[in-house]
Amino acid sequence: MDSTKPLIKIDEETSDFIAEILEKGAQIFPKEELERILTCIQCGTCYGSCPSGRITAYHVRVIMRKAQLGLKEEVLKDENLWNCTTCYTCQERCPREVETTDTIRLIRNMAFEAGYVKKPHLIVSRNFIETGHSIPLRDEDKEKRKRVGVSEIPPTTLTYPEALKEVQTLVEATGFKEKVLKLLEEG
Amino acid sequence: MTKYAFFLGCIAPLRYPGLEAATKRVMQHFNIELLDLNGASCCPAPGVFGSFDLWNWLVVAARNLSLGESLNADLTTICNGCYATLQEAWHILKEDPSKRRRVNEVLSKINRNYNAKTGIKHIIEVFANDIGIDKIKSSVEKSLEGLKVAVHYGCHFLKPRKIRGHGSSEKPHILEDIVTALGAEPVHYKEKLLCCGAGGGVRAGNLDAALEITARKLASVKEAGADCILNPCSFCHFQFDRGQVELRERKGIEFNIPVIHLVQLVGLAMGIDPKSLGLYENEIPPTYLDKLGLR
Repeated sequence: MDSTKPLIKIDEETSDFIAEILEKGAQIFPKEELERILTCIQCGTCYGSCPSGRITAYHVRVIMRKAQLGLKEEVLKDENLWNCTTCYTCQERCPREVETTDTIRLIRNMAFEAGYVKKPHLIVSRNFIETGHSIPLRDEDKEKRKRVGVSEIPPTTLTYPEALKEVQTLVEATGFKEKVLKLLEEG
Repeated sequence: MTKYAFFLGCIAPLRYPGLEAATKRVMQHFNIELLDLNGASCCPAPGVFGSFDLWNWLVVAARNLSLGESLNADLTTICNGCYATLQEAWHILKEDPSKRRRVNEVLSKINRNYNAKTGIKHIIEVFANDIGIDKIKSSVEKSLEGLKVAVHYGCHFLKPRKIRGHGSSEKPHILEDIVTALGAEPVHYKEKLLCCGAGGGVRAGNLDAALEITARKLASVKEAGADCILNPCSFCHFQFDRGQVELRERKGIEFNIPVIHLVQLVGLAMGIDPKSLGLYENEIPPTYLDKLGLR
């Protein structure tokens, strides 16, 4: 049997979700690599390798199957989607070379856009949009910096307002800022 | 003189600046010039911002890379997360001119441009390739003999292999090679390849799950009788150190395993003062210094 040949045929009944993943994913990753999801044989190597899978109901194998079956809503709204640490062990070990971790990241992008998102992740996003960093610089951190002999404020967007402005222009241009603000407003 | 632009990221400068200080001191020791990457931002984090919006992730990463390109210098980093984002973005934009064109259309709004002529090297690569294991070994001023080190690679230095290109992710050995060159002893432990638990937004979104993974790892380190856990990543460092406080407070589990970053361990062996390497800035005290007669 030709192992590169998709086991699942993309057709109207099963494929809308996969087609969307492939289309969105092709903006970032090589499409032919993402298409490996069509060759998944449900062996479970991914689940067996997963640090989160052994302690939560995050099951990569099941998500791959549900994606093949086009169960978009069911996958996007399941909170367990956010238990992947993106360790890439499943992707490295997959005997069919399915890009599992990157597919999970793409599915999460769709969940984020649909509003299935965790509050702490919105706060991290807001921090990034406001300061250029994912976490704030607190007074105690400034003290720590002084103690170890580096500048009180690091030479990043925190020191250079014009650099922060650049980052803010970019997050606006990509549409990320608008997405985050809308989700924050909706609470 | 070999030079790099030092990409700080978020965790090192804002939570563990000792790692930033140690990197500067150790690189100076080996005559590697570190330029400030003025105006850099969050990389953005691969499993967090990459999980929210990959297009935005790629564009902001390209800006950080472009800052290095205007200095005509590769970036270097002490964080696997920053490395993952910037190395992957470099790879994507180097390989695919059409993606580079689209990204540069956005970057033109801030009068920047990235041609993928310069990229990023992890500090492990600087130690292994620019300085070299032999040179590290011959530069040791304070042998770390007797120190038992549990080596943790973290996930994103090695994986995905086809993009990172550092060989096996199941049997890596570069960190053990460095530890051995310093005179210390890498100890074998069962969960060596296990993730720290923090990545992918799990630390922020589901702390209990993140800590459960961390605890599994630390229990294995303890069982092996290691004096400390060594990491090459600010975020893993944060998770192991701060995570032990959270495990104590939330679950009543006590490990007391000191956490040390690769740059700090090398710095110790080079005879640099522990205080200026930030070793006292961790939550878990550096008890291994007693064993080395350095306290």
